[in-house]
Amino acid sequence: MSVLTRFLPAANTLLRLCTMSFTRRPTPFLRKRFHTSSLVTQAKASIQEHPHYSGYTGDETVSFTTPRYDLYRFEEGPSTDVVISRAEFLQIYDDMLTIRTMEERCAMLYMDRKIRGFCHLYSGQEAGCVGLESSIRRDDSVITAYRAHGWSYTRGISVKGIIAELCGRATGCTKGKGGSMHMYAKNFYGGNGIVGAQIPIGAGIAFAHMYNKEDRICVTLYGDGAANQGQLFEAMNMASLWNLPCLFVCENNKYGMGTSVERASANLDFYTRGDTIPGIRVDGLDVLAVREATKWIAEYMRAGNGPVLMELNTYRYRGHSMTDPGTTYRSKEEIQKVREIDCVRMVKESIINSNLATESELKQIDKKVKKVIQEAVEFSLASPEPNLNEVYTHVYSTLPYTVRGREPGEEYVVS
Amino acid sequence: MQRLTSSLKYVSKFYKLDQLRPLIIQICSASTDLNFHKSVPPKDAGETKEMNLVQSLSHTMDIAMERDPSMIVFGEDVAFGGVFRCTLGLRDKYGKDRVFNTPLSEQGIIAFGIGVAAGGSTAMAEIQFADYIFPGFDQIVNEASKFRYRSGGQFDCGKLVVRAPYGAVGHGAHYHSQSPEAYFAHTAGLKVVIPRGPLQAKGLLLSSFADDNPVFFFEPKRLYRAATDMIPIGDWRIPLGEAEVVRQGRDVTLVAWGRQLHTMLDAADMARDQLDVECEVIDLQTILPWDTETIFKSVRSTGRLIISHEAPLTGGFAGEIASTVQEACFLSLEAPIQRVCGWDTPFPHIQEPVYMPDRLRCFEAIKKVIADS
Ligand SMILES: Cc1ncc(C[n+]2csc(CCOP(=O)(O)OP(=O)(O)O)c2C)c(N)n1
Ligand SMILES: [Mg+2]
Repeated sequence: MSVLTRFLPAANTLLRLCTMSFTRRPTPFLRKRFHTSSLVTQAKASIQEHPHYSGYTGDETVSFTTPRYDLYRFEEGPSTDVVISRAEFLQIYDDMLTIRTMEERCAMLYMDRKIRGFCHLYSGQEAGCVGLESSIRRDDSVITAYRAHGWSYTRGISVKGIIAELCGRATGCTKGKGGSMHMYAKNFYGGNGIVGAQIPIGAGIAFAHMYNKEDRICVTLYGDGAANQGQLFEAMNMASLWNLPCLFVCENNKYGMGTSVERASANLDFYTRGDTIPGIRVDGLDVLAVREATKWIAEYMRAGNGPVLMELNTYRYRGHSMTDPGTTYRSKEEIQKVREIDCVRMVKESIINSNLATESELKQIDKKVKKVIQEAVEFSLASPEPNLNEVYTHVYSTLPYTVRGREPGEEYVVS
Repeated sequence: MQRLTSSLKYVSKFYKLDQLRPLIIQICSASTDLNFHKSVPPKDAGETKEMNLVQSLSHTMDIAMERDPSMIVFGEDVAFGGVFRCTLGLRDKYGKDRVFNTPLSEQGIIAFGIGVAAGGSTAMAEIQFADYIFPGFDQIVNEASKFRYRSGGQFDCGKLVVRAPYGAVGHGAHYHSQSPEAYFAHTAGLKVVIPRGPLQAKGLLLSSFADDNPVFFFEPKRLYRAATDMIPIGDWRIPLGEAEVVRQGRDVTLVAWGRQLHTMLDAADMARDQLDVECEVIDLQTILPWDTETIFKSVRSTGRLIISHEAPLTGGFAGEIASTVQEACFLSLEAPIQRVCGWDTPFPHIQEPVYMPDRLRCFEAIKKVIADS
C-alpha cells in the first residue's frame, strides 16, 4: 500500500492537468498469487515467439488490478484483474527499458550529429507498443506513423538495425534509405511520414487479411493530432461498413507537435470518434492495462466482430522531434508529473513489490540492456553508408538499365 | 571545345563504386553547399532594413494584415509563429481572431481557405512543408483553380494565398525536401510563385496578396535564416508573371528559380572564371503564368539555354520551358537545350548530395552547350 500513496498525488495532479480524464491509477498493486497451469503454458508459448526473448524463466504468476477502462458502444470491457508470469513480466521490463535506453541514446547521437534530419523519440510511451505487442500475434500486422522506433523494436528489428538506420548506414533496417521515420519489418508496414496517411492503408491491410481468410488483425496506430485528418474518418467508415479486422489505436500523448489536444480537437474522447466503431480508453502508461485490453479486443476481433478503436492515454517526455525542446508549449511541472509516474519505473516497482524478482536481478537486466545499446551504437557508427546505387534502387520493381538516358552506376567525378 | 569536357569524366565503369563512394559524396556535398548571392533593392525603393527570409516574410504579412482588415492567417501552429517562425508576432499584434492554429488537416486548411476567400476575406494559409500539401491536392486542383471558370465568373477564391516551404535542406529526406511546383503549374487558374531570397519574397508576396487569383507561394526553406538582403520597408512589390534578368551575359542563358538560382549563379561564376563564358542568368520568379518573353529574348541573343530545378527531371517545369523555347526560338538555338534537374527518384535521405543538381552538374551542362555548338 505504500506504493499506492506514493503515486497518488502525482496521479491526481496529472488528472487536473489534462482536460480529459486521465484514468491514471497508482502502480498496479498485488492482489493474490496463484498458479494456473493453462495460463502458464499460454505465457510460455507467447514469450518464446518473442523476437527479443532474453531467456527469462519463471512460471510463477501474480495478479494485479489495473485502472478501469472507459467504454464506448461496448457493454462490457476487459477485466481489471490481470495475471502475469515472472518470465513475461521480466521480458516486458526488458523491452520497455531497451526502448527507453535506446531513445535516450539516440538523443545523444542526434546531438553529436551522428543522426541527422528528423528524429521523433518514443520516450514515455513505451507501455503502448510493449503492452500491445504482448497481446497480439507475430503474424498480425502493424502500421504506425513516424514515431516508430519503439514499434520497430517490438516488431522484431534489432537495436542495431534501428540505430544504424537512424545513422543512415547500409546496415540499417531499411538499408539506410529512410532514417528515423521509415523503418519496416515483416508484418510491420512502417514508419510513415505523412500524418494520417497510414490509417486507410491499415484498413486496406486488414481487408486483405479478411479477404484471404487469414486469422490476422491489423493494428493501425495514429496520434491525437492525426485524429483530425479527414482520411481517418474515411477509413473508419470503410472499416465499419466492411467489418474489417482493423484495430485503430490512437496514441494520445496530449500534443500534436506544439498543439495541445484541446486546441485541436472538439471531441477529446478519441475512443468515441469512430462513430459506429466500438471504442475503449486505456491508461497507456500502464503496460498491464494495455496488454489486458489488447488481449480482450484481439479476441473480440478474431471472433469476426469487426473494427475496434482503442485510445491509449500516454505522454511523450521529449519534444516532438529532436529539433523541438518540448518546453515552450507545456510546463516543466507537467512533464515532471508524468515522469514521476513513469511507465518503465512502474513496471520495475511492480515486479519488486510483488516479489517476482529482486532489485539485483533487475540490475542485471539494466546492465544487459546498456550493453546491447552500446554495442549497437558502435556497430552502427562502424557501418558504411549505403551504396550509391541505393539512390535509384527500389524506385520500380525492376531496375531499368537506363533512366532517362543515365546508366545505373554512372557518376561524375572531378579528376 | 572537346577539351572543355575533359576535366570531368566518367569513371564508375572502371572503378568499384565502393571505392569511390567517399570521394563522390565529398565532392557532391561540397558542390551542394549554399552560396547565397545577395540582391540589391532598386535605388528608388525608399528606406531599407536588413532582414533574413523569415523576417522578410513576417514583415510582409504584417504590412498586408495592417492594410487589409479582412485578412486572416491560419495553419498548423502559426499562432506561435509556425515551425519556421515566419508568422512570429502576428498573433500578438492582430489577435487570435485573425491569426490562429488549425487542426492537423491539410485538406481542411486549404478548402477552408477557399471558402474564406470566396466569402470575401483575404485568406493566408500556411502549409507546414510543401510535402504536406498533397492531402489538399484535390481542393487545389479541382476547387481553387476552377471556381471562377465553372461559375462563369460569379465566384472565385482570388483572395487565397497558400505559403509553404519547399526544397532541400541537407537532411530532410523523403518528406521534407520535395519541390512540388510542377504539379501546380499543370493547373490553369492557379498562380505559382517562388522567391529566391528575402528581397524577392517581400516584393512577390505583397503582389500575391493583391492578386485576384489563388497564389501558391513556395519558399526555399534552406534560405530561411541562411542569408539576408536589404528590404525596402514600404509598399514595394515585384509584379507577378515577370522574370528577372539577374545577370547579363552573351553566351548561355541559365534559367532557374528559388534556391537553385544561387546554384546557377555559382555555375555562371565558374564558367566565367574557368571557360571565359558569359552566362545570362534569369530568375523565373513566377512559375505560372511564366514570362516567356524575357526568356525568348535572352535565348535569341545567346542561342543556348539551360534550365535547372531541384524537382525530378521527368515532368518537371524545365520540360515546359524547353519545349516552348524550341518552338519559338528554334532558329536561334545553337545547341540542344539542357535540363539539369533532380534525378527521377524519390528524394533521398543520406544521399541527398548525389541527388542534387549541384553547381558541378550545372557547370557541366554549360560546357556541353558550348561544346555542342
Ligand atoms: C500531412 C502532414 N501534415 C503535417 C505534418 C507535420 N507534422 C508531423 S508530426 C505532426 C504532429 C502529429 O501529432 P500526433 O498525431 O499527435 O502524433 P505525435 O507526434 O504526438 O506522436 C505534424 C503536424 C506531417 N508530417 N504530415
Ligand atoms: Mg500526439
